[in-house]
Amino acid sequence: MNRYDYHQPGTIEEAVGLMAILDDAKYIAGGTDVMVLIRQKKLKPKNLISLRNIKDLVYIDTAKGLRFGAATTHSAIDNHDIIRRNYSALTDATSHLGSLQIRNVATIGGNICNAAPSADTACPLLVLDAVVSVVGPKGARDIAVDDFFQGPGKTALAHGELVKGLSIPSFGENTGSAYIKHTRRQAMDLPILGVATRITLSMKNGAEVRCRDMFCTIDSISNILAKLKEEELKIDEARIAMGVVAPRPMRAKKAEAVLTGKVVSPELFEEAGNVAASEAQPRDSIRGEAWYRSEMIKVLVKRALIKSMDRIIRPDEAIYPERLW
Amino acid sequence: MKREIGFTLNGEAVRLEVEDQWTLLYLLREVLEMTGTKEGCGYGECGACTVIIDGKAINSCLYPAMEAEGRAITTIEGLVSKDGELHPLQTAFINEGAVQCGFCTPGMIMSAKALLDANDKPTEEEIKDAVAGNLCRCTGYVKIIDAIKSAAGGR
Ligand SMILES: Cc1cc2nc3c(=O)[nH]c(=O)nc-3n(C[C@H](O)[C@H](O)[C@H](O)COP(=O)(O)OP(=O)(O)OC[C@H]3O[C@@H](n4cnc5c(N)ncnc54)[C@H](O)[C@@H]3O)c2cc1C
Repeated sequence: MNRYDYHQPGTIEEAVGLMAILDDAKYIAGGTDVMVLIRQKKLKPKNLISLRNIKDLVYIDTAKGLRFGAATTHSAIDNHDIIRRNYSALTDATSHLGSLQIRNVATIGGNICNAAPSADTACPLLVLDAVVSVVGPKGARDIAVDDFFQGPGKTALAHGELVKGLSIPSFGENTGSAYIKHTRRQAMDLPILGVATRITLSMKNGAEVRCRDMFCTIDSISNILAKLKEEELKIDEARIAMGVVAPRPMRAKKAEAVLTGKVVSPELFEEAGNVAASEAQPRDSIRGEAWYRSEMIKVLVKRALIKSMDRIIRPDEAIYPERLW
Repeated sequence: MKREIGFTLNGEAVRLEVEDQWTLLYLLREVLEMTGTKEGCGYGECGACTVIIDGKAINSCLYPAMEAEGRAITTIEGLVSKDGELHPLQTAFINEGAVQCGFCTPGMIMSAKALLDANDKPTEEEIKDAVAGNLCRCTGYVKIIDAIKSAAGGR
């Protein structure tokens, strides 16, 4: 067994202080990445600084937008009804991340700091405009999540810096988001491809988008979208993020521009998918070949956009089991 | 470095010296010689090492032993009642034929117990989700799910 000293600070300040004085130290939260790397002998730290007992790192606050601590577990996020309803892309990711045993200890901070190109929460955080609050020996700062990821395993964190928490703005009722994790198995698998989208509709023309009649609640979403064409629903803001298509999780900004200010239609979503595919730089890997990933981006971007729309139109359905999109 | 920690194990208070780099699985199997909890992959993939901490199923192979401090841990050894009667889940696994080689069984039962303790009428989907992190290489999943259902119904 690799020998290391295990430290359990009770406060953020103590943790940052320990990091400054200890030789060859690493933070550990849920340990589902760190412990695996240690057991694989790919990581041989002399000191581990545990974040598990720092109360200020574990909270979920939905008073104004969404704020949560870095050491919040995927399970805690997954079980939160307000997050499921208003920030659905995030719970789409946490509900299919690893197994329940993993989700019960693994943290969202650990997921982004580990910065795997396949990290499941990365794309949802990108489309939800998350801001990462960090603190280090030189003080505190905020980093937009888009600037946080820099490459495989690389983040904007300077040595000794610790992620305190994340915050996401409030988008209002006219917003829907989704994350689709494309895998070979339904559980315990890393994505071949991950796609997240968010749509915020402009409410200026006062169109009624909520499902009113029973017909609407059972109709297929593509039929509903076709009918809604007359309502001229305009997209105020659109976000598309893709994982496992580049060295870091990335936004498809050209495809976002295709959507912004336009009237919702299935054709528009298709075009956005095609543009997003042209922005990606996928590689061949054991999980999938580059050409396949490119083809699937087109499909999944469209599907995620439709799913986001569905969540605006039928928000109450979002908390019920998956329908087929 | 060794440090003394205290926690509750299967309802009893325990105090003992733990080394920094021990995992909870190592502590259970090699130090306390409670070998009901199995080591399969050692990387959190197979669920054979599943135990319950503060009501939640976790992989003990990735859990630093030091973090047990102050927590309540239940292992498969804690399921039998004081007078030797099997837990309803154990009986259900036997009655439904949900045990083949038996290696995954302790982990399966611990995942199922965590589920039923929190939700006594789970749907089939919820059962599948709860044991998705427990691999059975004899592939007896149907009977395992049946057993969990019958334990839930028989409560
Ligand atoms: C069986 C298995 C299945 C998995 N499946 C998935 C999956 O489907 N999708 C997925 O995305 N991931 C998956 N993972 C990877 C892992 O579970 C996640 O990345 C998890 O969110 C990591 O969180 P953690 O708290 O366990 O991180 P840790 O292992 O504790 O830490 C990970 C890294 O982040 C650093 N760190 C942690 N917290 C902070 C902080 N607050 N500030 C600064 N640095 C910090 C650590 O130093 C370390 O470098 C899986 C892992 C296993 C073992």
